[in-house]
Amino acid sequence: MAAIEMQPPRLSIGPLAWFRKNLFSTWYNAGLTFATLWVLYSVLKPALFWALTEAKWGVIGANLTLFMVGQYPRGELWRIWLVIYLLAGLIGLSWGVWKNAARGFAVIALSAGGAFALIGLILRWEVWANWLIAEAVLLALFLPGRSLRHAALAATAGWILFFPALFLLVAGHHSLPVLPPVEMSAWSGLLLTLMLTIVGNFGSLPLGILLALGRRSKLPIVRYFCIGYIELIRGVPLVTILYMADILLPLFLPLEVVRPDRVLRAMVGFILFEAAYQAENVRGGLQSIQRGQYEAAQALGLNGALTTALIILPQALRAVIPALFNSFISLFKDTTLVAIIGLFDLLRISRSVIAQPEWLGTHREVFLFAFLIYWGFNLAFSYGNRRVEQALGVGKR
Amino acid sequence: MQIKAFWRDVRFLQMLAQAGFVVLLALAAAYLYVNVSANLQRQGLTVGYGFMKNPASFDIGESFIPYKASDTYRHALLVGLVNTLVVSVTGILLTTVVGVLAGVARLSSNWLINKLAAAYVGLIRNTPLIIQLMFWYFGVIIRLPSVKQAIALPGPAYLTNRGVYVPWAEATPAFPAWQVYILMAVISVLITWFGLRSAYRRTSLPLSPWWNLSYLFIPFLILWLGAALQPEPPLRAFVPELAGLNFKGGLRMTPEFAALLFGLVLYTGAFIAEIVRAGILAVSRGQVEAARSLGFRNSQTLRLIVFPQALRVIIPPLTSQYLNLAKNSSLAIAIGYPDLFSIAGTVFNQTGAAIEIIMVLMLSYLSMSLLTSLIMNIYNSRMRLVER
Repeated sequence: MAAIEMQPPRLSIGPLAWFRKNLFSTWYNAGLTFATLWVLYSVLKPALFWALTEAKWGVIGANLTLFMVGQYPRGELWRIWLVIYLLAGLIGLSWGVWKNAARGFAVIALSAGGAFALIGLILRWEVWANWLIAEAVLLALFLPGRSLRHAALAATAGWILFFPALFLLVAGHHSLPVLPPVEMSAWSGLLLTLMLTIVGNFGSLPLGILLALGRRSKLPIVRYFCIGYIELIRGVPLVTILYMADILLPLFLPLEVVRPDRVLRAMVGFILFEAAYQAENVRGGLQSIQRGQYEAAQALGLNGALTTALIILPQALRAVIPALFNSFISLFKDTTLVAIIGLFDLLRISRSVIAQPEWLGTHREVFLFAFLIYWGFNLAFSYGNRRVEQALGVGKR
Repeated sequence: MQIKAFWRDVRFLQMLAQAGFVVLLALAAAYLYVNVSANLQRQGLTVGYGFMKNPASFDIGESFIPYKASDTYRHALLVGLVNTLVVSVTGILLTTVVGVLAGVARLSSNWLINKLAAAYVGLIRNTPLIIQLMFWYFGVIIRLPSVKQAIALPGPAYLTNRGVYVPWAEATPAFPAWQVYILMAVISVLITWFGLRSAYRRTSLPLSPWWNLSYLFIPFLILWLGAALQPEPPLRAFVPELAGLNFKGGLRMTPEFAALLFGLVLYTGAFIAEIVRAGILAVSRGQVEAARSLGFRNSQTLRLIVFPQALRVIIPPLTSQYLNLAKNSSLAIAIGYPDLFSIAGTVFNQTGAAIEIIMVLMLSYLSMSLLTSLIMNIYNSRMRLVER
């Protein structure tokens, strides 16, 4: 039987084939491609021209410290650097301990630190020197994390202790001569933005869990109270809540109490606001727990509180980790609203930089810089979210 | 059978727990009330809405209802509410278009358009709205060329630092007479709908689709008769044109309104794009394949099979994006658009009536949210999957 001669399949590799397939597959796709290219050209050309010739990028370098820490006392800046070293050390240790799960974080931290050190080269020596130290700390703690026996325990304890340490270092305390207290009103710039995000997120979690449990409670009064609170808060804009916290909180406190600092009031506002959203996240997790889990706990003789604490919540919280990360990202963005009630976060600092006489009219440069900072942080957060999800096997186990 | 002691009865315990909760709440409320009244007494303030009748005596940059500085605070707040509503409703309409387009573009087989949409969604979603608003306002719209060198877009629309001018329709003197005809046409559509529905109910057989033409035909007949009686058209094109130092005609959007609308639409559109994409992807491939094997054309598959099913997934999250847009319009204060929040802030600064103003704010935003949820829930229940 004669073999049938068949043409080999047409080669569909190479740049031309790629262009054909992805850009010019049909006549309207080709038209769309050309139209898009034309729009891109007419927008990007003036934008690039501006960025490379007219833009005064000097405003960023000249005010970098202001952007980062605002009014934080310049003599106490070493505390912030110490926080960064601590964080770098913890990331290094975790990299050694949990290898794959933490490697992504470590790579991000290393490359970000390297980039900052490079930028520091054209600014001031303390910037690049400090970032290099942070990188060194990160790498130095990798090996003990790998080899030491109790490294996992140390890393876990380190992460738990990191947040109190962060507050102690940033805020100081009057009983410690090395760490004189720094007024909350001096926290500003990116530092304030990050502190508000951390406090708002972790501070609201307990209240959010309580509200979520309350919303699923069998007791009607408790349930309706929780539903009312959650829907009320979710129905009004955050800026109204912040405004309320700023104006009404001092009114709600007894006469003899000193007026709380504005930063503290904003934190209370964020906690009250975010708790309603966290409650809805946690409720989603609670709803994903099967009946069998409750029944098994009952069969083992656990009472209601123990079932919730030991069986239901751990599983529910693991299921909502992606949602919690999303809340983290959106709260990080929402902290910009404190600029409206007059706190000097990154955004407000940006506006005050623009108001400096020598940098008048640098709105575009400064806002683009702030834009990039928020974007970079959020990219890192969402990357972290994906890695943690993978490591915990959310949705797979 | 032994009777349980009442303190072991679950019903009694539940009641006890609730009573305890109520007492706790009441105690907390009483504590706050005592503190508030002590604080107010010390500051010499009283709570009440009497101040609402006093003249506001501040000017408002733009308003869609008549306002002058001698009007009352209540009227000033109303102006703010209308401003918020106008920007929210316009924004919701436009952002739906932007979001659906971007969501479909995210699924395009065209690499360039796909990646461009992905970049748009990624950049906009991950940065704060308020920075975007400030960038558009201070960085772009305020820096647009003056009226003389206005950027002309097809339409004609003009971008200037005094605002954005777009074509609009203007009522002619014949408009009042036309209102009657238009009203009659609308009523005729409703009558047709009821008539066709009751005919369908009576016979319980599907009517011929040609009957649907009566929706078009009857109103057209009425309007044609109207045109015979009233030859002048009800509206005429109202196109902006340069006259001296400014544009005449057309609709002028102030720089603040334009920046706020643009920022809100772009921001919410990025979120809606992801919702639309997820909704379309949620329709299983089998549905498309089944439609093909039944002989549906491509466009029919999209219109009759994919979109109706995707809508079910899309509507609930879309509702919350609409609510977000309305709530986010309160950021207008950052760029000086006089919305409800910004006017409420001014009123508070003048009167010091903190509690009253916050109540007004919360009630307004809450009722807006509830109303939007209500409308979307009705729509959702009409679109919902009806199971046997």
